[in-house]
Amino acid sequence: MSLPLITLLGRMTLAFLEAVGAVAAFAFEAVRQAAQPPWYRQQIVRQMLEIGYFSLPVVGLTAIFTGMVLALQSYTGFARFSAESAIPNVVVVSLTRELGPVLTALMVAGRVGAAMAAEIGTMRVTEQIDALTTLSTEPFKYLVVPRLIAGVVTLPILVLIADIIGVLGGFLVGVYKLDFNDQAYLRNTLDFLQFQDVFSGLVKAAVFGFLIALMGCYHGYTSKGGAQGVGMATTNAVVSASMLILTFNYFITEAFFAR
Amino acid sequence: MAAPKISLSGVTKAFGAKKVLQGIDLDVAAGESMVVIGGSGTGKSVLLKCILGLLQPDGGSIRIDGEETAGINGSGRHRVMRKFGMLFQGGALFDSLRVWENVAFGPIQSDGMPAAQAREVAIAKLGAVGLGPEIGELFPSELSGGMQKRVALARAIAREPEIIFFDEPTTGLDPIMADVINDLIVKCVSDLGATAVSITHDMASARKIGHRIAMLYEGRLIWQGRTAEIDRSGDPHVDQFIHGRAEGPIQMQVRRL
Repeated sequence: MSLPLITLLGRMTLAFLEAVGAVAAFAFEAVRQAAQPPWYRQQIVRQMLEIGYFSLPVVGLTAIFTGMVLALQSYTGFARFSAESAIPNVVVVSLTRELGPVLTALMVAGRVGAAMAAEIGTMRVTEQIDALTTLSTEPFKYLVVPRLIAGVVTLPILVLIADIIGVLGGFLVGVYKLDFNDQAYLRNTLDFLQFQDVFSGLVKAAVFGFLIALMGCYHGYTSKGGAQGVGMATTNAVVSASMLILTFNYFITEAFFAR
Repeated sequence: MAAPKISLSGVTKAFGAKKVLQGIDLDVAAGESMVVIGGSGTGKSVLLKCILGLLQPDGGSIRIDGEETAGINGSGRHRVMRKFGMLFQGGALFDSLRVWENVAFGPIQSDGMPAAQAREVAIAKLGAVGLGPEIGELFPSELSGGMQKRVALARAIAREPEIIFFDEPTTGLDPIMADVINDLIVKCVSDLGATAVSITHDMASARKIGHRIAMLYEGRLIWQGRTAEIDRSGDPHVDQFIHGRAEGPIQMQVRRL
């Protein structure tokens, strides 16, 4: 009776390792291709608009409410110890180090990663990717590389904007609801903020941008079997990107801040 | 006799345990139009994709102009691909680009032609398949199936390839539009002086566009000869196929009702 269970476990392990290997090979090929010309500048710009500019409303709303709720929540906790003056610092550090990059990346993964997988997946099942090859255009260079470059470049910019909007949210709640002095709030925000807080967040953002684009492209590129296959690719792209974001978030944090 | 434009010998391809191609030998002379017929799922598309280099054959040799192309990559593949044009079954037009950008894609992206010049080439090619310049401004999703096929044909000939491949060019079209496409194919191929390889299961189309016909069955070419000779092939498989009979040596994998 125990044998089928072991068989199942083995099969799952093998399938998992196979998937990891396939993704790693895909990522390696993409980076190799990104290093050599030609680069399709128009495609890179288009993807940067898609990932960056058109994500601004979603990211902005996420950031402002996160900043507001952070200020409110830390107030209810810190007021018990009369430590209200730490609130601006708590807000800005949580945002720049963790919530800014992670929440932005998760929102973008849902918005952009899914769209990438759906678009490339549809191109795969309608033979448009084969058509690219027959027109002497390397599909990797034309489809995958621009998305990866755009992801790596754009996410840090988005996160920086999210950080600023998030701090603004905290400021609004602090000043208009919790009766902070506006000058003191800003001073407390900036005085204790270290370069590394922001920098680590931006490094995370670049890594997350790579992961989102990689998962969107990988699942789209390898999708098969018509509409159902494309649907599955879309789901897989979002789920796997989200899991990878949370996993990598821990390890990058450890690399920066663990003693 | 001159060396064949395309020469396949002993080409095999398997997906897992399923042997799709089991040793294909085929020569196509320069300027000749070869049609490969066969039922659904007999490996016609796989054969075409192997010659194109979209799939790597497991064994055998594929020579284009005498040059071995099985297993080449990178710039060598790029150079060979430049000789090819391909009309995909579903058109495979890029739906994010306008019609003229689709036609001009090859000239602009891989030959580095300036956009303004490529646009004129695109409009000329659209004219060659009977479409006016105003169609160039539309997106592929705004066109009917027959028009999409024509745009795809214009894209396939835009770089004036030496060899053109047609994957089921008439599938999904009404008989009249199918004949229009057949006429266009014959005209485009002879205007360019190109070599053509088509796969189809539409016998009317095969008779019209093919100089020679080969029949693929169970991974092998069981018959090939001149188009006029196909009615006297003496092969019961070929006879069954060209007359479209359910009864015969070819048994479909379906359960009896």
